[in-house]
Amino acid sequence: MTPLTLHAGDIAIAAILLVVDAALSIGLRLRFHRALAIASVRMVVQLVAVGYLLRYVFAGHSPWLTAALVLAMSLVAVREVAVRPVRRLAGGNAAVALPNVLGVVLLTACFALLTAIRPHPWYDARYAIPLVGILLGSILNAASIALAGVLDNVRQQRDAIEAQLMLGAGFGTATAPLLRRSIRAAMVPVINQMAAAGVITLPGTMTGQLLAGADPLDAVKYQILLLILLTGASCLAAVGTAYAAVAKLRDSRDRLRLDLLR
Amino acid sequence: MTLFVEGLRSGLAGPFTFTVPQGQCLAITGASGSGKTVLLRMIADLDPHEGKVVFAGTDRASLPAPAWRRLAGLVPARSGWWADTVGEHFPSAREAEWQALAAELLVPKALFARSIEDASTGERQRLALIRALLAAPRLLLLDEPTASLDPVSTRAVETVVSQRIAAGTTVIWVTHDAAQAGRVGHMALQMRSGGVLAP
Repeated sequence: MTPLTLHAGDIAIAAILLVVDAALSIGLRLRFHRALAIASVRMVVQLVAVGYLLRYVFAGHSPWLTAALVLAMSLVAVREVAVRPVRRLAGGNAAVALPNVLGVVLLTACFALLTAIRPHPWYDARYAIPLVGILLGSILNAASIALAGVLDNVRQQRDAIEAQLMLGAGFGTATAPLLRRSIRAAMVPVINQMAAAGVITLPGTMTGQLLAGADPLDAVKYQILLLILLTGASCLAAVGTAYAAVAKLRDSRDRLRLDLLR
Repeated sequence: MTLFVEGLRSGLAGPFTFTVPQGQCLAITGASGSGKTVLLRMIADLDPHEGKVVFAGTDRASLPAPAWRRLAGLVPARSGWWADTVGEHFPSAREAEWQALAAELLVPKALFARSIEDASTGERQRLALIRALLAAPRLLLLDEPTASLDPVSTRAVETVVSQRIAAGTTVIWVTHDAAQAGRVGHMALQMRSGGVLAP
């Protein structure tokens, strides 16, 4: 079975849908046509640019170039995680997000490349870059929910946390309910994703492979591997980020330092 | 078990220097916002501050913070609750003890099985006191413990705390009721605005 090739003309025909959307927006005064136009142009420009960049990186076989791209993608994810909570830590939210996002993505990507996927060489950009990209998507989600869960709720939980401190509990015991709630919330999207896979939705990777002509069972095997990796990475990122965030609010006398949160 | 407080200060109030002998109660009165709560939180080591606290011959700084807070129990004006039901906040192994205290403080027994949201402000204040007394602190810091209570319950709280004082517990009792300060305190100080303690 050969993949069907798309031509620019085919995509232009599909773009008629966007023109219809814009016409509806103008006709019904929904006022999203401007945003729609900008977003459509951005989407095309960004993806074409990424296509050329990836073609260049895949052809080059330079581990350094691959590493640089992985680092750049991770830093963008760190920034997204750091800006999501309403509250800001005195040392900056990125100080919590950086080690967790980078550590978890490197750990899970290397684990998958060295054990399950095993390309030659193992750092082949054709496998490493898409894998890191999809992992970062899940890590970003989990880490940002966990971080916001701690930073945006700790003020409201102050009385409950300090009540335990006043009774002589350690900081870990006193903050455990907040930590558990934040980590559980961060795991919801990825658990939903697994539970819905194949029944409610066909996951994106699998859909892409099917459209490109892959055998359904091969596509399914890849999707299962990916969902396992995404869940593992999300859990590590959520736990690491939540614990690191809580640790930033503690001082040497086991006090809850809300003055370090803005 | 005498308490020495020396030069305790933060950006909000102080410096405070005073002594409370063992088994005595220092009553502190003063207007809202004058720094009474700030002082109690500093003694319990809950906020960053300067100064020295020595209790029963032990420098507070030589103890880990949780060990110090087990020795010096603070009952705040606004109590915090971390579990769903009232009973979950009390050690199940010592149910007989907290049931006895609840009876003395006129807290209905059925309340322990219910949600914490069902407890009134006054009930929560007494529940928080029971929780603190179970830990048997040698220094008890009370922040307006009867602010939301009727006269009968207020008397019950005063009786329970005076039993502890008689048994050797040292107490600092913050209240804005001068009559109560006279009833419970062996000594009294007044917090002036700007965080200055005066006789």
